[in-house]
Amino acid sequence: MKTLMLGNEAVARGLYEAGCCFVSSYPGTPSTEITECVAKYEEVYAEWAPNEKVALEAALGASLTGKRSFCAMKHVGLNVAADPLFTISYTGVNAGLVIGVADDAGMHSSQNEQDSRHYAKASKIPMLEPSDSAEALSFAKLAYELSEKFDTAVLIKMCTRVSHSQSVVETGERVVPEQKKYEKNPAKYIMMPVNAKRRHPEVEARTKALTEWAEQTDINRIEPGQDTSCGIITSSTCYQYVKEAFGDTYPVLKLGMIWPMPQQKIKDFAATVDRMVVVEELDGFIETHCKNLGLSVSGKDLFTNIGELSQNLVKEKLGGTVQTGTCLTEDIPARPPVMCAGCPHRSIFYVLKKLNLTVLGDIGCYTLGAVAPLGAIDTTVCMGASVSGLHGFVKAGGEEMEGRTVAVIGDSTFIHSGVTGLINIAYNESNATVIILDNSITGMTGHQQNPTTGYNLKGDPCTKIDLESLCHAVGIQRVRVVDPYDMDTCQTVIKEELAAKEPSVIISRRPCALLKYVKHPGPICSDPEKCKGCKACMNIGCPAISMVDGKAKIDATLCVGCGVCEQLCKFDALGAKE
Amino acid sequence: METKNIMIVGVGGQGTLLASKLLGRLLLGKGYDVKVSEVHGMSQRGGSVVTYVRWGDRVCSPIIDKGQADCVLSFELLEAARYTEYVKPGGRIIVNSQQINPMPVVAGAAIYPENLVEKMAGLGIQVDAFDALTLAEEAGSSKAVNLVLMGRLSKHFEFTTQEWMEAIEHSVPPKFLEMNQKAFALGQSA
Ligand SMILES: Cc1ncc(C[n+]2csc(CCOP(=O)(O)OP(=O)(O)O)c2C)c(N)n1
Ligand code: SF4
Ligand code: SF4
Repeated sequence: MKTLMLGNEAVARGLYEAGCCFVSSYPGTPSTEITECVAKYEEVYAEWAPNEKVALEAALGASLTGKRSFCAMKHVGLNVAADPLFTISYTGVNAGLVIGVADDAGMHSSQNEQDSRHYAKASKIPMLEPSDSAEALSFAKLAYELSEKFDTAVLIKMCTRVSHSQSVVETGERVVPEQKKYEKNPAKYIMMPVNAKRRHPEVEARTKALTEWAEQTDINRIEPGQDTSCGIITSSTCYQYVKEAFGDTYPVLKLGMIWPMPQQKIKDFAATVDRMVVVEELDGFIETHCKNLGLSVSGKDLFTNIGELSQNLVKEKLGGTVQTGTCLTEDIPARPPVMCAGCPHRSIFYVLKKLNLTVLGDIGCYTLGAVAPLGAIDTTVCMGASVSGLHGFVKAGGEEMEGRTVAVIGDSTFIHSGVTGLINIAYNESNATVIILDNSITGMTGHQQNPTTGYNLKGDPCTKIDLESLCHAVGIQRVRVVDPYDMDTCQTVIKEELAAKEPSVIISRRPCALLKYVKHPGPICSDPEKCKGCKACMNIGCPAISMVDGKAKIDATLCVGCGVCEQLCKFDALGAKE
Repeated sequence: METKNIMIVGVGGQGTLLASKLLGRLLLGKGYDVKVSEVHGMSQRGGSVVTYVRWGDRVCSPIIDKGQADCVLSFELLEAARYTEYVKPGGRIIVNSQQINPMPVVAGAAIYPENLVEKMAGLGIQVDAFDALTLAEEAGSSKAVNLVLMGRLSKHFEFTTQEWMEAIEHSVPPKFLEMNQKAFALGQSA
């Protein structure tokens, strides 16, 4: 049947049709929907793991028992999973193991713009790169064939435009291959030096065999063009931009497998055209490969390695003319994302700013605490870095820093990689104050369950990690719980814990305002008689409050009645409906 | 057939995704090659959101570039103004005249520009601005702005009302079907 599917949904469909039985992932835009979609198939076991490293290792375990398995993550997630990745390259697999990784050129929703293709080359694991949903589906199936044929994990590289675009796919039936037997095989699965030394040549031989395959396969295909003055090598969404810009004018070598790349096929292609150009986003990965083959080729001399490309850009750089539109001469104010009305994170940042603290931040909805008017965060690096960074900050900074520095970290992020930093704080005894923003969900990536919420990916109740006990167990004596909507108490507790001469954790607990089960009191009102127009309530950046004719006005369609703004008004102008 | 391009823009949370889902379904049903591209993630939190809908005999790129949109369907006035550069010469903007202040305006760091409809028209764009929010409320919910806009958009398509209604039926929960159909009809006749 022909249907429209999101690239991520198509990968999920491909996994299903290939008989994948086990999926373990950690969410991350733009990869998240692969796992959410595959979880809808009853036949597939799917879970959210605490982080990407755990997810990949779990998927390896499932492959070893003989079932086809999968693991998805965003580009930066692959950094976290890189440790198992490089050695899984040596062990190989039993049943097929496929790893989905989604890059985010343009940083629509990421903290950096790394190019995951380097991981394929560095870890010597083959990587397929679909250019639309139909390929996402068929490559997912092909990945399992390759995985089992060549005894290797296989990476499928997605990107925002392929992951989050719907295009036409044709679905098929699910076929589950017979479960493979697990057999003890120390030489293959115990990677200690003596065995690893024997495995490494096997890895090199495998890459050679895969290169042969890359020469033959029709996923690396030459599409003829009438004008051989220029030949284009491309892959992924850039292939679509090239086709959009030039149709079948120029010959195109479309690479479906981006590692290892063919050699002879590229040389043969080069021989048929006057000039060869590589069109790829981010780094000159294909370009470097061509240059290593001794070919003369254009690439990053024409196209930027920053951000996304597009059809106009491709056309323009290759000498075509593009039609553009006109913009208004007027400045159009930006519309950045903001914390939702009633977001439990908002008030904590207000208090931290008021206390003029240095705040080591982390990644999640609460990163928005960095923007005006809250502007309360000093650093954001990667998941977990707030807690581990705080340890170094106060250890090296001494007493002066201890009393005025905190880390803030979300519940999902804390479990992902904050808890190891906390263990370091306890073990190496720094006087650090960590605030866990427990909104009982992984908000930023679209509300996924996590080990602290009491529900699993399929929505069933499950073991819930008790954060207080966890913090106690790693050696933190002082653990306090506050309600972020109660700003006075928050302020008192934060001050007390900063003053204490030992490490502490403050758990700020309130569910995310968007969760369906959360019952809100409903919108409050402003009293224009009482409002003096002092704008004190504007300092929390709630999108439901605006100043109209010098008076605070509450947007009743947005306000949930959290009551935080009321605590800022000295004139009693804001409050529940009478 | 030359590829047709519609950009759907608005503010996160306004229901732009349903509009693109509905269009995608309708166009696929008519036998076209279709691509619909969305940006997820941060966009949920009240930020500016863009969806591209493209159809024709063969659609390659999932995105619409500057100067290519036959129509920008905007759920909010400022968002329409943000994307005029994407409209093709002689193209159209259909816009809900509702104004939602972005945070920089709320915080007093920027001003919401005035007379945007006239200014956009001044660029040679056919601007169709109307109050979709009031019509949506009339249909039963401010959330139905997307269907009101779909109704308005339908005037520029060759598809029958029957075809639209089928697509709506498949895209909205049965509970809200009647309200959404009403919203569509109000947009169509507005
Ligand atoms: C290594 C890595 N994996 C995944 C992500 C994507 N990501 C960004 S924030 C986040 C989780 C946020 O959840 P939480 O800490 O609970 O905070 P909330 O958004 O709910 O406030 C995730 C998964 C990432 N940035 N880095
Ligand atoms: S989704 Fe939840 S946690 Fe994220 S900004 Fe909105 S209310 Fe806050
Ligand atoms: S009570 Fe105040 S702070 Fe809370 S959502 Fe309503 S307007 Fe915003």
